Amino acid sequence: MTSAQDDAIDAVLARRGGRRDQLVQMLREVQSHTGWLSRPVLARIAAAVGLTPAIVEGVAGFYRFLHLKPIGRYHVLWSDNVTDRMLGSHGLAREMCRELLIEPGKVSEDGLVSVGFTSCTGLGDQGPALLVNHHQVLTRMHARRVAELADLIRARVPVTDWPAEWMQVTNPVQRADVLLGSEPLQGQALRAAIARGSDATLGEIDVSRLRGRGGAGFATGTKWGLCRRALPAEGSSRVVVCNADEGEPGTFKDRALLTLQPDTVVEGMTVAAYLLDARRGFVYLRGEYRYLLESLEQALARRRSRGLLGQRILGLEGFDFDIDIHVGAGAYVCGEESALIESLEGKRGNPRIRPPFPVERGYLGQPTIVNNVETFCAAAHIAHRGGAWWAGIGTEASTGTKIHSVSGDCARPGIYEYPFGVTVEQILHDCGALEQGRRTQAVQVGGPSGVCLDAGEFTRRIGFEDVPTAGAFMVFDHRRDMFEVARGFAHFFAHESCGFCTPCRIGTELVVRRMDKLAAGYGSLFDEAELDELQGLLHGTTHCGLGATATNPLRDTLMRFRAAYERRLHATHFVPAFDLDAELGPARRVTGRDDPLAHLERYG
Amino acid sequence: MNAFMLDGVAVPFEGGDTLMAAATRAGQHVPHLCWHPRLGQSGACRLCTVRVDGHLAAACTTRATPGLVVENRTAELDNKRRLLVQLLFIEGNHFCPSCEKSGACRLQASAYQVGMHGPEFEEFYPHRPVDASHPDMWLDLNRCILCKLCVRASREIDGKDVFAIGGHGIASHLIVNSPSGLLGDSAFEASDFAAEVCPVGAILPKRRGFAVPIGQRPFDVAPLPAGPSLPTDTDDDTG
Repeated sequence: MTSAQDDAIDAVLARRGGRRDQLVQMLREVQSHTGWLSRPVLARIAAAVGLTPAIVEGVAGFYRFLHLKPIGRYHVLWSDNVTDRMLGSHGLAREMCRELLIEPGKVSEDGLVSVGFTSCTGLGDQGPALLVNHHQVLTRMHARRVAELADLIRARVPVTDWPAEWMQVTNPVQRADVLLGSEPLQGQALRAAIARGSDATLGEIDVSRLRGRGGAGFATGTKWGLCRRALPAEGSSRVVVCNADEGEPGTFKDRALLTLQPDTVVEGMTVAAYLLDARRGFVYLRGEYRYLLESLEQALARRRSRGLLGQRILGLEGFDFDIDIHVGAGAYVCGEESALIESLEGKRGNPRIRPPFPVERGYLGQPTIVNNVETFCAAAHIAHRGGAWWAGIGTEASTGTKIHSVSGDCARPGIYEYPFGVTVEQILHDCGALEQGRRTQAVQVGGPSGVCLDAGEFTRRIGFEDVPTAGAFMVFDHRRDMFEVARGFAHFFAHESCGFCTPCRIGTELVVRRMDKLAAGYGSLFDEAELDELQGLLHGTTHCGLGATATNPLRDTLMRFRAAYERRLHATHFVPAFDLDAELGPARRVTGRDDPLAHLERYG
Repeated sequence: MNAFMLDGVAVPFEGGDTLMAAATRAGQHVPHLCWHPRLGQSGACRLCTVRVDGHLAAACTTRATPGLVVENRTAELDNKRRLLVQLLFIEGNHFCPSCEKSGACRLQASAYQVGMHGPEFEEFYPHRPVDASHPDMWLDLNRCILCKLCVRASREIDGKDVFAIGGHGIASHLIVNSPSGLLGDSAFEASDFAAEVCPVGAILPKRRGFAVPIGQRPFDVAPLPAGPSLPTDTDDDTG
């Protein structure tokens, strides 16, 4: 450690007050000064927060963006969603490594640079995308840009001096409805809520029949009502958490809301705080969205100065509510609400045993609601315009609108807001998936933990009663290999498994090995049977929803795109995952033989 | 009296009981690896997966309520358990014939209990060095199944926090709290509860080998009860 690093660590520890629940934030901030987290650094942090060094190491080791070994001073991660790969990311990554004379996943000898892959960074509409030093994002990478980037790294040009246009993130709203088409709310919803009173406003949320937009679809009014009935401890208060851990591959609609409508998001949280008498709020911002932190902090500061946040909101005595932004550190599972709360408390992001549910005992044991970014936007508009207005949009079982992140094989990727009940076909038509001779083979709705639909199902409707979605809409045309799509998702789930329970930790890894075996040309009917068996095990025996949905892509593609698998099932008898004859290669080289007797008899 | 039904048998329970705690007290057996009556619940191994009113749930984390109908030792559930045990065997390096814990190992006994005769999947063969730094105890993570019993025992009973879990996913691993990361430099003692709670041969006393002959060890004498419909491996000739 240099003395400058020493001072930086002291400053972080002092600013965070040595508080255990701030551990993940401290580790992130310290690492931004020290580059990585060595044992002495971990020991210092452990001493400051009063935990054992092993526990702190365990927390750091949980998060993909915290490093227990050195990484390059330029740490470049390629977003590795299928949509990035479809835009050529793997070839570009190879080219980048060649230019920089390094291997992927390894640090250059001079410690200057490391290049690797990370789960979807939420830029599927403008990929291939890069995340640099867990902070800056680069969009729309192409060969020339890769070469120029390698030059800048070699010349040690600071990332902040790289061309601004490379870091441009656009939010192409291709279809707006009531959420994206409205002006951001600047207190209108809050005033309406206060005028109506908290009971009546919660009644409006119930009347709206709003359901959570994060995927599970729990009734928002019910959740808030349960939280309201749970009593916080003496001296504490209820807690309002906005889940901005938008990690589902192919989803980027929260990125758009946080950029275009941060006021509406915060207004929704503040309305919730008014209804629940909550004084404390958090935005859990995924680590990949670190680049949004400053603009969000500005939005909070603006609202504080206008009396919409902080003490005596809108002059109302006792209405005190403020929000801290917690930046994640690369862990998809933290999108699960109880894992998110663990992470907020500075722990490993393992999902909790439930019950108790967060509405009863959440953040630091206090009644807590965790809602999606889009849910808070919708709730703000409902508080402003009334529940009946919202219930009049969409369908009977799925009220209101839903925002879709459209990417993949289409002419106009971007953000699309539709009332519930829209057909898949309509979205495909609007995004230009059917133009220029394209034929859509499949759509992955709701991301890999959602559902994969084939062309025969495009007349189905988006909604909780038919095709539910958390917001991803990835289009695959007739050229795509759906086995490879599923294999990519299998790798994603194995990479993101928290490792807590047996079936998810080992099962997701075994699925990956089986699918890699098929991809390498050693597939047999036995492998398919085993994949099916594992799929059955993961549905139902896992500790949380990540494991339970981890084999959805496998299940869906096996059912709908069998041909893509059958092409790879060469044998009806068992085939090992390695080539027996090739294993004899080194012996042949040593003995200088290549005659027929130096080869195994061909089997199969 | 409050009671729920476990495979057709009424099991009484007290307020706050989990299905596992109540069943164990009533002398009923639900297969498990990561649960211990003296320690807090975990829910990690999933061997105690049962059907509660038709839904799959872990018996060690599910609260008992009156009138629940719980299926435990059905062929369907024991088949899932056999798969789970299979997964644990391939994840680590488990060579029963050379392991001092053989016959006293809960993983091995669970495998017999649910009808596993041999490996169904290929082993991962991870590289895990043995930690022999402690004067009295071995730490052989080749056999660790990440049940976290030692983590909880050291925290809850011994008050030492000698162990923690590090990494994530398939790279999850046990870590030792000491400056070097070695057990010998930690506060661990052979008299700790954490030293006796390991269900497999990952934490074993040194200088004690074959004191009890194979065949006379706890699970040799009293195997874990097999289910009424013992499933068999598809590939039965490997055993």
